[in-house]
Amino acid sequence: MIVNKVSLLVGGEAGAGISRSGLLFAKSCLRGGLCVFGANDYQSLIRGGHNFYTVRACEEEIYSQADKTDLLIALNKETVFFHKDELISGAGIIYDQEEFSITQEELERNDINLYHVPLRKIAKELEGPQIMENTVALGAANALLDYDTTILNEVLQDTFNQKVAQQNIEAAKRGYDYVKENYGNSFGYKLEKTESAGKKRLFLTGNEAIGLGALNAGCKFYAAYPMTPATTILHFLAPLDREYKIVVMQTESEIAAMNMVAGASYAGVRSMTATSGGGFSLMVEALGMVGMTETSPVIVLAQRPGPSTGLPTYTAQGDLRFAIHASQGEFPRAIIAPGDVEECFYNTLDAFNLAEKFQIPAIIISDKYLSESNGTTEIFNQNKIGIDRGQLITDDTYTQEEEYMRHKLTENGISIRAIPGIKGAIVRTNADEHNELGYTTEDPVLTTKMNDKRFKKLEGLTKELENYETVKFYGPENSDITIVSWGSTKGPIREAMKILSNEGKNVNFLQILYLSPFPINKIKNYIKSAKKTVIVENNKTSQLSSLIQEHLLMTVDHKILKYDGRPFNPEELAQRIREVL
Amino acid sequence: MVSLNDLKTPKTNTWCPGCGNFGILMAFKKAFIETGIEREDAVMVSGIGCHGKIVNYVNINGFHGIHGRVLPTAQGIKLANPNLTVIGFAGDSDQYNEGWGHFAHALRTNVNMTLIVHNNMVLGLTTGQATPTSQQGFKSKSTPFGVIPPMLNPIAHALVSNGTFVARGFSGDMFHLKSLIVEAIKHRGFAFIDVFQPCVTFNYLNTYDWFNQRVYKLEDENHDVTDHKKAIEKALEWDDRIPIGIFYKKERPIYSDSLSHVKNEKLTKLPKQNIDITSAMKEMM
Repeated sequence: MIVNKVSLLVGGEAGAGISRSGLLFAKSCLRGGLCVFGANDYQSLIRGGHNFYTVRACEEEIYSQADKTDLLIALNKETVFFHKDELISGAGIIYDQEEFSITQEELERNDINLYHVPLRKIAKELEGPQIMENTVALGAANALLDYDTTILNEVLQDTFNQKVAQQNIEAAKRGYDYVKENYGNSFGYKLEKTESAGKKRLFLTGNEAIGLGALNAGCKFYAAYPMTPATTILHFLAPLDREYKIVVMQTESEIAAMNMVAGASYAGVRSMTATSGGGFSLMVEALGMVGMTETSPVIVLAQRPGPSTGLPTYTAQGDLRFAIHASQGEFPRAIIAPGDVEECFYNTLDAFNLAEKFQIPAIIISDKYLSESNGTTEIFNQNKIGIDRGQLITDDTYTQEEEYMRHKLTENGISIRAIPGIKGAIVRTNADEHNELGYTTEDPVLTTKMNDKRFKKLEGLTKELENYETVKFYGPENSDITIVSWGSTKGPIREAMKILSNEGKNVNFLQILYLSPFPINKIKNYIKSAKKTVIVENNKTSQLSSLIQEHLLMTVDHKILKYDGRPFNPEELAQRIREVL
Repeated sequence: MVSLNDLKTPKTNTWCPGCGNFGILMAFKKAFIETGIEREDAVMVSGIGCHGKIVNYVNINGFHGIHGRVLPTAQGIKLANPNLTVIGFAGDSDQYNEGWGHFAHALRTNVNMTLIVHNNMVLGLTTGQATPTSQQGFKSKSTPFGVIPPMLNPIAHALVSNGTFVARGFSGDMFHLKSLIVEAIKHRGFAFIDVFQPCVTFNYLNTYDWFNQRVYKLEDENHDVTDHKKAIEKALEWDDRIPIGIFYKKERPIYSDSLSHVKNEKLTKLPKQNIDITSAMKEMM
């Protein structure tokens, strides 16, 4: 009997509530005290096709999905055949034989347990919508895993309104009872509440964590155009606008969104927008304006495979160079790449502070895998990172002794910011090259000075970041191999490290969180002392390698790259690391 | 009270002598003074082109933005701080080419701001190419055999896109234009003024004379500004007689009327430390 270690996959057509039921199962595991990871895989269509959601629950900390599935809830026959090879020996399939049949001959293997449950019939008996067969299946899964049903009931109660919740609780019960009566405790897996049961933790996506970070940072203006996988930030913030007194606007385009957040930032309000590569392409024009006008919006760039529309609902890390170089001309910016949900939250707070303090755009770069996968984390510490708006003139502090100069040349390149509306201070900014007052200039001396002024901020930013966790290091100090990566590959890398460590193999991992400015000194130390460096990235050209080469004049030893739109699986990654060990 | 002197800036004006922009500049300054708004409480936003330089010539808050994007930038400013009076300035190619999409949406969004389009029916600063308001057949550097498609009609477009204040001015009639700008700023909603502004260097066709011979004032003909159908009819007048003045005016809820949650909040006074996100985290437990 395997206790508290299970990987469940729910699959079916789009529109069948696949990710919802995966989430319900995941939450019930979370509340039982387990560590949970949830990832969804869906195609770019609304109905039909093949969607699936995987939930991995475990007593120890986990950071990614698993390679193999222990329990499959198949809401259509397609799901079985798409995933049969991922099933572990002894795995179970919950399905509705009255809808489609499965035989061991068809499966071409005889080590799989087939658990027929009349999902649709039960849902019909309860006079519920067809989608309720999901909940029947969840009840069935609970029975197979011999898991406490009260937890799932609580989750259902917290998710739905009272009437729907009751209906679903009944549906889950019927599924549960059917399995207990017909199959008893025949399945080789079991879930039990742990000591952490009842302890409040969060189970959320990267996008939700970024949304929470924005709220905590006092973002008061959010404008965006829907684009997968950034859209759920809009979905997250829109219903919270009243409670958190934030203007949330769906604009006519990404161009509008970016210009609006620039305007809001100039007006003195913390502002954010989010998009993916295609939308970011449209924003680039205004990104340059932000650099020139020294305004400070936060931009979330949630990557997906490209170029062009690419695979709209899948994952990639191909936009790093794009984010670093986007726009004509040169200006400093901060590019921050969180690698898990916890970092999504805290890095967003940092992004707002850095943007305002240095009057630069801050770009949070993530990807579909991080944006839409759910991870487990401790409740966020809301007081860990305070709000730092940098030097700011207010009504009380403006003396009017000298004329206010929005772009005053200073030692550190930072001009004290005044918000329009302060008595006596005229706040003028300009996308053209300008003088200290914000008036257009074409003077060569001033042009050089203003350029230098803007880049002086980069020095300050680089210095400031010395106190930040710009890189993180995992694993034993002296290892045979040092993995270097950024962003969402973190989860699968940490899982692969566990696998390799169990085999007695020595691997450590350098995660780079700040890509611009590039934390050269910190990285150099680690790479210098590494025996063998291996870059892991979800892109074709290994953009991180090129950054290391550019900034450190060092080449990495190996590159493990994947660019099929899917994240690395832990075992898959471990195998590719073994190959270069 | 703001004086003409207060609005002066140290910048030397680089518009061509006789440029139609001068009329708009003076009309705006006078209108601004008339509204009684303080310089700190208003923001001018401009795009790119000759018109865009106007931010350099009036000493109030200013954001000289990028080509075609005056409206979203201005809307962002206004939504962030509704206490500011926001006046956008755009050129005809700026607004009606690159910014056409934003124009259509600003009309329906109805953010409480003013848009003044300097319409000289030619691209001036890029040395004389055709724009969407150049007349069919107009010969320019980019259309040596004459403009092929018919001109856009921004007034008619504004009217059918639910514009709540639609007007046209002529920089050759500064006092009339001034009164339009005053009305536009006072209007609660998105106020749009298209302004004929002769380009003395590149537009040999639509000259001061050309306009003087054709323009007439709607108010002189007792035009009813609440009559939408009539306004559209007037918007279609061209050739011999071209109307200026307010075509249509209507009160409709502004965008922020629906943002009741931020009405009494000065967003610029926020954020405060320690914003409590406990309730937003509940969903994820």
